[in-house]
Parts: sequence; C-alpha cells; structure tokens
Amino acid sequence: MNQRGEAIVEIRGLVNRFGQHVVHDGLDLDIRRGEILGVVGGSGTGKSVLLRSIVGLKRPDGGTIRVFGEELQRLPSAQRARVERRFGVLFQRGALFSSLNLQENVALPLIEHAGLSQADAERLARVKLALAGLPPGAARLNPAELSGGMIKRAALARALALDPEVLFLDEPTAGLDPIGAAAFDRLLLTLRDALGFSVFLVTHDLDTLYSSCDRVAVIANKRILVADSLPVVEDTDDPWIRDYFHGPRGRAASQAARHHSSPNGEER
Amino acid sequence: MPDTASRPGRLEQDALRLRVIGDWTLPHYARLRDAVAGVHAESVDLERLGELDTSGAALLVDLLGPDTVRDVAQWAPNLPAERQALLRAVADASRTPLSAPLGPDKGLLAALAALGQIVEQLARQQLQLIAFIGLTLSTLLATLATPRRWRITSLVAHVQQTGLNAIPIVALLTFLVGAVVAFLGATVLREFGATIYTVNLVTYSFLREFGVLLAAILLAGRTASAFTAQIGSMKANEEIDALRAQGLDPIELLVLPRVLAMTISLPILALIGMLSGMLGGALVCALALDIPPNQFLAILQRDIPLRHFLVGMIKAPLFAFLVAVIGCLEGFKAKASAQSVGEHTTSSVVQSIFMVILLDALAALFFMEMGW
Repeated sequence: MNQRGEAIVEIRGLVNRFGQHVVHDGLDLDIRRGEILGVVGGSGTGKSVLLRSIVGLKRPDGGTIRVFGEELQRLPSAQRARVERRFGVLFQRGALFSSLNLQENVALPLIEHAGLSQADAERLARVKLALAGLPPGAARLNPAELSGGMIKRAALARALALDPEVLFLDEPTAGLDPIGAAAFDRLLLTLRDALGFSVFLVTHDLDTLYSSCDRVAVIANKRILVADSLPVVEDTDDPWIRDYFHGPRGRAASQAARHHSSPNGEER
Repeated sequence: MPDTASRPGRLEQDALRLRVIGDWTLPHYARLRDAVAGVHAESVDLERLGELDTSGAALLVDLLGPDTVRDVAQWAPNLPAERQALLRAVADASRTPLSAPLGPDKGLLAALAALGQIVEQLARQQLQLIAFIGLTLSTLLATLATPRRWRITSLVAHVQQTGLNAIPIVALLTFLVGAVVAFLGATVLREFGATIYTVNLVTYSFLREFGVLLAAILLAGRTASAFTAQIGSMKANEEIDALRAQGLDPIELLVLPRVLAMTISLPILALIGMLSGMLGGALVCALALDIPPNQFLAILQRDIPLRHFLVGMIKAPLFAFLVAVIGCLEGFKAKASAQSVGEHTTSSVVQSIFMVILLDALAALFFMEMGW
C-alpha cells in the first residue's frame, strides 16, 4: 500500500476558456491518496469542466495537470490509456450504455482492458453490481428500465470495474431522494475504506459534504478559494462561503452531521 | 507483510494448510479462477498474500464461501484492516446467490414460435400504420378548421430541409439514370434501326415512373430516416411526454408539419427529377445518336400526351404521405436506447422504400388496365 496523503493529482495554474469566456484562471488543486475531496461552487463556476480537464476529456488552455506524476496531455496515446485505466468516472446522468444491460455495461471495461472472457467478466460484473448495492436480479435489466438511484449505483459499479485508484463523481446524489442519497454516501465511505481509492466529488449536496468528505475545495472567481477540512472552510471569510455554509440549508446539514457525529469527523 | 514484488498469484497446498501466495489481482484472474475451480477449503493461510483487489477477493469468496470470509478477522487477525474490510464487503456482496443466465431455446418448436412471432409482428405493424394514418388525417382535418393552429414556420423549415436541400442530389441522380436509360435504349433499338424511339423510351419512363419513383426513394432514405431519428431521440429524452403533459398534441406539432412538408416537396422534386432525367437522355441522344435537342423537343411535343405526366405526378403526394407517416411512426415506436433508435431508423427506410415500390407496381397495373 502506498503512503496515504501523498498527492496523486496535482493541478497547477490551470486555465480553461470557451471562446471569450474564461472558466478557470490559474487554478491550483491537489487530490491526495485515499481522501474524499468534495468540490463545491455556484452553478457555472466550472466544477464539471475541472473534472473533465483532469480525466483528459477537455484539453486545458494553460497550466499543468500531473496525474500519478505524469502529464496526461504529453503522453503518447498508449501510455495515456494505461493511466486513464486507473481512473473511474461517474457522469452526472450515469451515461450507461443504453444498448447493453447492466452486467454487460460493467463487463465491457473488464473484457476490453483486462482481457477476461465474457463469462468471467460478467461474473465479476455481478459482484461489482452487488458491491454497489444493486439486487442480483438487476444484472440483466437495461438502463432504460432503472430508477434514478439504480442508475447512479450501476454507474458507480461501472466506474469501479477496473479497481481504479481515483474515482471522479459528478453530482452522484443529485436527483436522489434523501434516503437514497444518504445510502449512497454510506456506500461511498464503505467502498473507499475497503478498496482504498481517492474520490474527487463534485456536489451540491451539503449532507454529502458533511457526512463523507475529508477535504472540501471551493471554486469561486475562476480559482480555488480554499481547499481544507470542513471546519476551516466554514470559517473562511468570504461572502459566498458564508451564504453557502451558514445559510439555512448549510446550518441544518451541519447540525445533522454533528448530531450523528459522522465516522469521518474523528478520523482526521 | 512479506516482500510483494509483482508475483502472479497461486494456491499452494503444504502439509498443514492451503496457502494463498502472490498477487491476487485482475491480470491473473483467468489463471487463478482455474486454480480455485473445484477446490473448497475451510480456511487458508494469507500470510504470503501480495496485492489484492476486488477480483481476487471474489475468488477467495468462491474458494472459502461467503460466511467463512465474513469472519476473516477470526482466522486471519494479522491481515491489515483495509484488506479485511475489502474481503468483508465482497463477501456481503456475494452472499445473495447470483442468478444463472437463461439459455436461449433451441429446436424446431422454438423456430416455429419465432416465425409466428415475426408474422404477428408484421401484421401488427400494418395495423399500427393504418391506425396512425387515420390519426394523422383526423388531426389534419381538425387543424384545418382553425387557421390559428397552422404551424407555418415549422412547415416552411421542413420544406426547406426535405425539399429545397434535396434538389441537387435528386437532379444529379435522375440526370445520370436518364443518360443510362438512353444508352440502354440506343443499344437495344439500334438492332431494329429504331434508335429514334430512344426519345420515347426516355420520356415515357421518366414521366410515368422514374421521375417520381427515384425522388420518392431518395426521400425515403434521406428524410424518413431523419424523421425517425428526430422523433426517436425526442422520445428518449421524454420530450414527447413533456408535450403531452402540457396538453399539446405531438401529432399536431411534430407529425403534421413533417407530413405536409413532404407532400409539398415530393411533387416538386418529382417534377425536377422528370426534367433532369429527360435532360440526361437528351444529352446522350445528342452526343451518341445524332438526335439534336430541338428534334428531341419536337418529338416530345408531338408524340407524348399530357396524361403520362399526370399519371406520374398523381402518385407523388401519395408516396410522400406514406414515406413521411412511416418515418414519424417509427420514431414514436423507438425506445429510450441508442440501439432502438438505430433499429427503427433502419426499419423506417426499409418499410418506406418497400411501400413506395409496392404502390408503384399496383399503380402501374391499374393505369395499364385503365388504358391511361
């Protein structure tokens, strides 16, 4: 096992722009091994763009992104694919392949990258689906037949297919009912503790921030305003952060978290 | 933990216990599964285990059974906590039995059943088509009465897409086919010394059949598929449901403008097809048969009655209506997956071309019997 706490993703001076519109300007951020990093910010501040830049779906307009010590954009494609295999990505709307059933969805990377036979891959896929909390009968369902919560779980199972070292989640609890969202938060913590991956979590869900995140990064004014543990972030003197964490919803989530005293709070 | 430089995982039986050695990870999965197959153990020695991931953990669960692995803390207390957590998580996930795959039915009976299903499906499809035509016509009649509900903007946009933008390809294609028909006529008729009748061959065939048929087939491939894909992806995105929930009629908003635009476009395209085909024929006549264009026009004027043109044109709106309706209906039948939209797009092109050719054959028979 590698040292917990070392930075596995290092972003320095990231610049992203769409035409005249500058999204990021000189953004710095680290993702450390084994942590769950929550990324928050107002709508349109470029949280998803940041995620897409790290996983290589968008070419940055400036700055460097080093992943496992290597700059993804400069690697030849074969080497780059090998690094990308160590990522798991859960897209905002699941992005399950609509013409494959769930176990085929999860088995696809196992067949393509790990070279397993179809039967082996589907067997392992069913284990991953069960790990993500889906009932065994769901393995042969098509994505169109699933509820929102099941789609998120199936997408998580697919993201976990190759035992990634970093998991990128784009609003995983958006559109889930509070019970489903809380279950998803617990699942994420359980899997992180069991599998030891790092998580980059874009979210608007204050309960998720309080219950599962080790560190929280706030994006505002085109860069990271602060990236630290929750108490430090809460006390940062900034109007947006005050409104966000000390508004009615923020207070409620904070109290709820203190009440349950999340297992994560004591850990750090 | 012992040295864990990358070593493929294996099982080793010594005098006392079964030992789990090396990396139990995804790259070694296939070999390890063979090693685990058929072995069942009550407990194993994990002292020399290297790397472990979910696939390796799943194999250990196969080997020991979920209940034994669940109690990993008792028989392997030295294992690091996160390994124990991983094994426990995978054991819990494997506890519920995984459903066995359903084998496909084989044999004569299954083949007969499949044949029956296909026939029934075809019959249903025709019934659905007739019902959809009825629905479209009744909506059209209801809309005609209230000019406020005419979707002029949408109609004009669709006329541009299906009609105006298709002119170059229709003109080029019919021009080439016209030239080919003229060459064929020239070759066959030369033996009888009747090459002058090439003019009649080209004009007859294009006025009565080819002009409208080629235009209709082109629109079936070009526009029916577009209609299916547009409506199909709207349906996948729940846009059709959104329209219905707002009390709007998708037939009126989506189908009518498309069907009407096609019914306007195809006759115009058919006319362009006829002219362009005859132009191709005239060019070949002028270059290869020494029939100058003015003689071609004179024969056309003298020998070819107007009714041939009318026989051709009267089919155009009918073909247009069918092609558009099939394209839209297949779009509504598509389900929320990329594959389904693809299947229905294929089906709409195949069906509309089939329908166009079938109707054309029936019409040819009818017109011949009537002596038109």
